[in-house]
Amino acid sequence: MEQLLDLFDFGPFFDNFDAILQGFWAMLRLAAAAGVLSLVIGTVLAGFRVAPIPVLRWFGSGYVNIVRNTPLTLVLLMCSLGLNDTLGLAFSGEPSTTYYWWAVLGLSGYTGAFVCEALRSGINTVPLGQAEAARSIGLTFTQSLRLIILPQAFRAVVAPLGSVLIAMIKNTTVASAASYGEIAAVSKGLLDLPSFASGAVPLFIGVAIGFMILTLPTGFFFGWLAKRTAVAR
Amino acid sequence: MTDNEVGSGAAEGAAPQDASDGPFDATGAGPLVVVENVNKHFGDLHVLRDIDLTVNRGEVVVVIGPSGSGKSTLCRSINRLEPIDSGTILVDGKPLPQEGKDLARLRSDVGMVFQSFNLFSHKTILENVTLGPVKVRKQGKAEAVKNAMALLERVGIADQASKYPAQLSGGQQQRVAIARSLAMKPKVMLFDEPTSALDPEMINEVLDVMTDLARDGMTMIVVTHEMGFARKAAKKVVFMADGQIVESNTPEEFFTNPRSDRAKDFLSKILTH
Ligand SMILES: Nc1ncnc2c1ncn2[C@@H]1O[C@H](COP(=O)(O)OP(=O)(O)OP(=O)(O)O)[C@@H](O)[C@H]1O
Ligand SMILES: [Mg+2]
Repeated sequence: MEQLLDLFDFGPFFDNFDAILQGFWAMLRLAAAAGVLSLVIGTVLAGFRVAPIPVLRWFGSGYVNIVRNTPLTLVLLMCSLGLNDTLGLAFSGEPSTTYYWWAVLGLSGYTGAFVCEALRSGINTVPLGQAEAARSIGLTFTQSLRLIILPQAFRAVVAPLGSVLIAMIKNTTVASAASYGEIAAVSKGLLDLPSFASGAVPLFIGVAIGFMILTLPTGFFFGWLAKRTAVAR
Repeated sequence: MTDNEVGSGAAEGAAPQDASDGPFDATGAGPLVVVENVNKHFGDLHVLRDIDLTVNRGEVVVVIGPSGSGKSTLCRSINRLEPIDSGTILVDGKPLPQEGKDLARLRSDVGMVFQSFNLFSHKTILENVTLGPVKVRKQGKAEAVKNAMALLERVGIADQASKYPAQLSGGQQQRVAIARSLAMKPKVMLFDEPTSALDPEMINEVLDVMTDLARDGMTMIVVTHEMGFARKAAKKVVFMADGQIVESNTPEEFFTNPRSDRAKDFLSKILTH
């Protein structure tokens, strides 16, 4: 009984609360930037995949198939160790800044492939007649994509896009692979401290709750948004 | 472009088929759409065989024929929604350009009304009508809205302007689709079975709008089996079968006195139901 209670010693957790909050803050900064950038990348890729120019289509499908089938850890390691450290492509001399941007870029590039595929399935739900009507009033390909097809495709895949974003938020924990100190890296650091030995389970619980505070409302929000924006046909 | 102003009530008093009186650009009579020796295949299927068709300014041509005869394909090839294999298609003297900006410009001069309406479902009725003028013609928003409201008034749906397409009946949607095409001030309008997806009680409201257009001198190519419309509005009826133009005549002659067996057979079928 005593041993069981020992597992729930919240002392170390609150002793290091500041560090944990900082880890979460770092994670939030990463998730927010990657959320925006992955939507942009995914939208551009989806445009490529339906473009009338074969080279763009090949690039789109090549990118998606390679990135989607590469482990995220590898993508991030390639960004931090490969591009930043080895090739010296640094965003800034400040390590925390350059690794932050590499983590954003790696995570967005990776998530963008999933956003693209979600969007492409959305594009498939838009009846062919919509594109034909758009072309017949003289809109160019990019105009019909931007004004007619994508707005309807987005509305059709709001819910799956929510899942992609939730997965992305959880994937931020892999960013320590890009030498970026977010919550998972902070947790690992804490767990390595001898003084933290008894605080492991509370830390896990705390971090899990922290993620749920973020992801549950995200899920609800996207569910609500999906209902609100649904296109009646 | 400026002399084909469309206003409500512009139809008053114009004589049927008298192109020069209407508000549309019917000046300088002569061919507006010329289809010459056009062939098209879908795989092994030869859907258009040596098609020749000339449509003069202000003329209404009705295309009729059995299912699968290539009517839609012909209609769609005129604004290059379907590319053709050989032959030439001239619109206002210019051959159809390759896919790209020039083709987009040409398409904006060729209105198209589809069987399934194809209104943009995420946009309001008003936005459906103003989109083309604003994005393609680079018209100012206020002017586009003013013109759109006048057009919606003309087709009798001004009071529904802020609704979404799914909230309208089929007949209303099709009238909006016509207004959307008209907003581009097209030189010619293509209609591909505009009433065949409609409930019977809605067919007339759409045909009335089309008849008014015809009277106002709009150049129109209409795929339809509505003989009443053909008789009232068309200068010429073109009968297609198996990808060929089998017969071409005035509506009166064609319906009362078809020459080919295919046409006789077809007419007997559509007349009996
Ligand atoms: N995209 C396509 N791919 C392959 N075959 C097609 C395609 N579109 C049409 N066809 C075929 O071409 C032929 C002519 O079709 P089209 O739609 O022009 O006929 P239609 O005269 O309009 O018929 P309907 O009265 O049924 O509308 C048909 O046999 C049809 O099956
Ligand atoms: Mg057809």
